[in-house]
Amino acid sequence: MTIHSVFVVNRAGGLIYQYDHNMPKIEVEKTFSYPLELVLKLLDEKVVVAFGQRDGVKVGHTVLGINGLSASGRQLEDGRDILETIADEDNYPIAIKFGRPKLTVNEKIMLASMFHSLFAIGSQLSPEPHSSGIEVLETDVFKLHCFQTMTGIKFIVLTDLRQGAVDGLLKKLYEVYSDFALKNPFYSIDMPIRCELFEQNLQSAIEQAERTGISNI
Amino acid sequence: MTVFNLYIFDRNGTCLYYVEWNRKKHSGIASQEEEFKLMYGMIFSIKSFVNRISPSDLKDGFSSFKTSRYKCNFYETPSGLKFILNTDLNVGNIRDVLHQLYSNIYVEYVVKNPLCELGQPIKSDLFKTKLDEYVRNLPIFATKTN
Repeated sequence: MTIHSVFVVNRAGGLIYQYDHNMPKIEVEKTFSYPLELVLKLLDEKVVVAFGQRDGVKVGHTVLGINGLSASGRQLEDGRDILETIADEDNYPIAIKFGRPKLTVNEKIMLASMFHSLFAIGSQLSPEPHSSGIEVLETDVFKLHCFQTMTGIKFIVLTDLRQGAVDGLLKKLYEVYSDFALKNPFYSIDMPIRCELFEQNLQSAIEQAERTGISNI
Repeated sequence: MTVFNLYIFDRNGTCLYYVEWNRKKHSGIASQEEEFKLMYGMIFSIKSFVNRISPSDLKDGFSSFKTSRYKCNFYETPSGLKFILNTDLNVGNIRDVLHQLYSNIYVEYVVKNPLCELGQPIKSDLFKTKLDEYVRNLPIFATKTN
């Protein structure tokens, strides 16, 4: 029973709140000898594995560091280019740390607005009349639950496959939003939520849902 | 339980086949071509959305979504062929059904038919009949009594 993260999207598709609760950290460090069996490529200013999954290193993982030095973008801490360092035979054996790239704030905003339109298309392509948008989206490792209020605000929760009673949690989050964001005189509607009480109550609702998994929140 | 419609897309987004059984509403889009494009675009976007937002590494990726009225089931082969079957909400995981559709119907009556041009909409009547027969005999295909 795990709740990974929460997104709140306003009626225009803008991300107004995001909270990562329980995100698994995926990192693998391995020592390689020359030549490197993995194929790396540059994607969005990050060095990404393009081919050659092995020992927990998956396609799509980025280089997080080399020989203990951490990477920032395509460069290492000391300013060396990652691809050049890896191409140079003199640097071997080399210890490279790989991991699943974390979402940046900009990416989160983009994904939230992407879901906003997918939600609308899901309802338009319905074979039955009067369909809502996407309520549950399922993959082999996580589920996305979405609740849209009458006023068009979407609460999106990412959970693992076994988490139960997410509907109750979504309703509870809406309640927390109406009590602690909307009633806050310093909060302007449709803008990012920066309210301390909202945050505290949201976190405790999530923790409780994770512990019990029953809708008695 | 009931099955609404089925889309088959190839890896380039061409709609190879479309068939519907108990569909009540047609998306207010005039041309069916446009609806295929919208469907393919939605699935394509969901796939990349899911890949990026997933907290851990995916194996099969996106499998289905539900709205208040229907469930959209998705299966993709490694060659990029996409099967999209819309059913009602009571249907569970039908990955194996979609896989059967691919291996027993598509491969048998399209790939093994030299007259079927790959990457073009399927015109074979044998394929049509076999697919219709297969879907109608599924336990999830029980037409509603109301």
